Amino acid sequence: MQPSVKVQAETLDRSGGEFSTWLRFALLFLILCGLIYPIATTRLGDVLFPRQAQGSLLERDGVVVGSELVGQPFSSDRYFIGRPSAAGDGYDPTSLSGSNWAASNPDLRTRAEASSAEIAARENVDPSEIPVDLIAASGSGVDPHISPAAARLQVSRVAEARGLGAAQVQQLIDENTERSPIGLGQPGVNVLTLNLALDALSFGQSN
Amino acid sequence: MIDVVLIYGLAFLLAWPLGHYMARVFRSERTWLDPILNSLERGLYWLIGINSTQGMTWFGYARALLFSNLLVGVVAYLVFIFQGSLPLNPNGIPGMSWDLALHTAASFITNTNQQHYSGQAQLSYLSQMVGITALQIVTPAAGLAALVAILRGLFGGRYASTATAGEPRDLGNYYVDVTKAITRVLIPMSLVLALLLTWQGVPSTFEGAKTATLVDPQGEVTEQTIPVGPVAAMVAIKQLGTNGGGWYGPNSAVPLENPTPLTNLFESVSIILIPIAIVFMVGYFTRRKRFGMLALGVMTVISVVLAVTVIAAENGSNPTFQGLAAAGPNWEGKETRFGPTPSALWATLTTQTSNGSVNAMHDSFTPVGGMVPMIGMLINETYGGIGVGFVNFLVFLFIAVFIAGLMVGRTPELFGRKLEAKEVKLAAIALLIQPLLILVPTAIALSFPDLTGNSNPGFHGISQVFYEYTSAFANNGSGFEGLGDNTIWWNVTTSANLILARFIPIFAPLAIAGFLAVKRVAPETAGTLRIETPIFAATLVSVIFILTLLNFLPVLVLGPIGEQLVAVPEITASVDQEWVQASRALFGRPQ
Repeated sequence: MQPSVKVQAETLDRSGGEFSTWLRFALLFLILCGLIYPIATTRLGDVLFPRQAQGSLLERDGVVVGSELVGQPFSSDRYFIGRPSAAGDGYDPTSLSGSNWAASNPDLRTRAEASSAEIAARENVDPSEIPVDLIAASGSGVDPHISPAAARLQVSRVAEARGLGAAQVQQLIDENTERSPIGLGQPGVNVLTLNLALDALSFGQSN
Repeated sequence: MIDVVLIYGLAFLLAWPLGHYMARVFRSERTWLDPILNSLERGLYWLIGINSTQGMTWFGYARALLFSNLLVGVVAYLVFIFQGSLPLNPNGIPGMSWDLALHTAASFITNTNQQHYSGQAQLSYLSQMVGITALQIVTPAAGLAALVAILRGLFGGRYASTATAGEPRDLGNYYVDVTKAITRVLIPMSLVLALLLTWQGVPSTFEGAKTATLVDPQGEVTEQTIPVGPVAAMVAIKQLGTNGGGWYGPNSAVPLENPTPLTNLFESVSIILIPIAIVFMVGYFTRRKRFGMLALGVMTVISVVLAVTVIAAENGSNPTFQGLAAAGPNWEGKETRFGPTPSALWATLTTQTSNGSVNAMHDSFTPVGGMVPMIGMLINETYGGIGVGFVNFLVFLFIAVFIAGLMVGRTPELFGRKLEAKEVKLAAIALLIQPLLILVPTAIALSFPDLTGNSNPGFHGISQVFYEYTSAFANNGSGFEGLGDNTIWWNVTTSANLILARFIPIFAPLAIAGFLAVKRVAPETAGTLRIETPIFAATLVSVIFILTLLNFLPVLVLGPIGEQLVAVPEITASVDQEWVQASRALFGRPQ
């Protein structure tokens, strides 16, 4: 296990060093772990995966219109609409947050009743048909996804507003559904990329 | 379900060889990184100004750990206060208030990472790196070093065979142990994980926040600011180092911090990987593999029981949504790409291991689902924080050996060394500060409701306050985040709690190990209490549950249990009489 003979002649250190040792230790490791490690790692990541490293940004006609990984607020009938968001006034990445409301909190009930009524009216469905994730706020407040069921619920409204066929819209949903090939987590429909695809389709038709 | 199997499975599969490697590192045996790292480490020792072969007594070791850590904290505190005028601040973030800087430094120097700030808004890139990331590497290394020193002590210290009787023993050199933990374990693993995360979408840049034009402008709001930064480097060590403090406020719930189900797998495995590897390491390091297996068995039983409970609770429905949507699991506070099961599993793993990162909001869990993380933090040793988790386990081992010794009427012994009054008293102190430091401030805060800043009323408000102090004491860092916790009251009281709860539970066992090391070893005989048996394992599990949970049963009844039994049925009474009647029948309450 250990060498059986003392390799050093010194007596044991009973004091644990002195101020200059502690200070040198602190500064040295703040530099190694706080500057060298993060700078080297960050540069390497940026070189190997430049698109992801910069925030997986999406561009349209040379203008940045969002990030694949950050949900956006939508309210027009022409768009699919994401989950309720507690981040600022909704989907504000500078004040990311969940609701942090407990199941026993009346505020949660009030918000859920409002969401449920709004969605039922908007999609012209009975509340019992609304997938529950669509009236529950996400943890980050910028969840980019909704469940495939929550997307299906909105197909007829969006198709009608855009004068598209339901099958055409459903196909775009399928194309923008992200799922893990080995079945990890849950499949999610990326609302922003789906809406961008809808815009691209409508734009193509109007020309 | 596949998430659960893969997370536990991969963690065990990787932890086994990693534990073996770590044991070799701390026994100074040859490992594959030697050619690169030996000379680098010699340079570091030269810069610190130490002789790497110089051993330390338990007291010298404790002093080196305490003061080198405190100085790291002081420098971090100064960086937080002055970040406004320091470089690497592209988003122009001002300096922190004194109390928030104090809490942040205390929180990160104790491997807790409780956050009363929101990273993307209140920290410059320099603060995130030097103030946060650096401490996230140094503090788990300090915990690991402390464990290694304690293990050496339990077996007589280094060079036990040539030590003179009664002399203090050599528990190793703190600076060498901590350096090796950083250069040979934490930094290489973090580098690999950070690149995997960036591949999947975690930002890795020094540029400032990005601006996007909204596709569907909302009134006056036409743009979205997307905060980026050197995120991946920090998220990697936050997950691996039982740290938990994320770049963004809602932590790994944010898609930029945890973009896909695959990163969720990597990050979940990383939560428990080193804590489990440490249990394997102990078996190899002490050359008592059966002892390692005893610990692994005890911890895994507790871990799985907690995981099953919280997964079942979160897959049950949130009663608030009854009648408003189709039936489904509790989605409030959870991300679509993960869903209830991986979110629930994360919640229990992160609180068992003193990590404290989250991928869903614990505040919005069902009452029972929210109680499981509290219990994980109260036990705090399955598999526990890096190093300190196993140290906590050893404290319970001392107590269980003592109790078992009393039951069979023999002087309690551990590894041939007698546990006497002095050692048992120290172990008892390490245990008793827990109810003291959690319950007393909880009671004071609840007596003055203006102090607490709750976002939820009633039973859940009690849970929020209790959760905050429990998390501080466990050096966990997760929270029922609705709490308005950036106040002088919260910052100062939790800072005190953090520091005491970090260092007392390290120093008491370190002293015990120092005292045990010098004792004469009695040979094991037929009458010796054998700890590596199923019966002793069952005793140990009972001791852990009884000593931990009995202290806190009253407050758990006032918090999550009361919420489940009373508040939840009341809020749904107007909606769904059938559900209320069913739950009343279940809990036997008369109509």
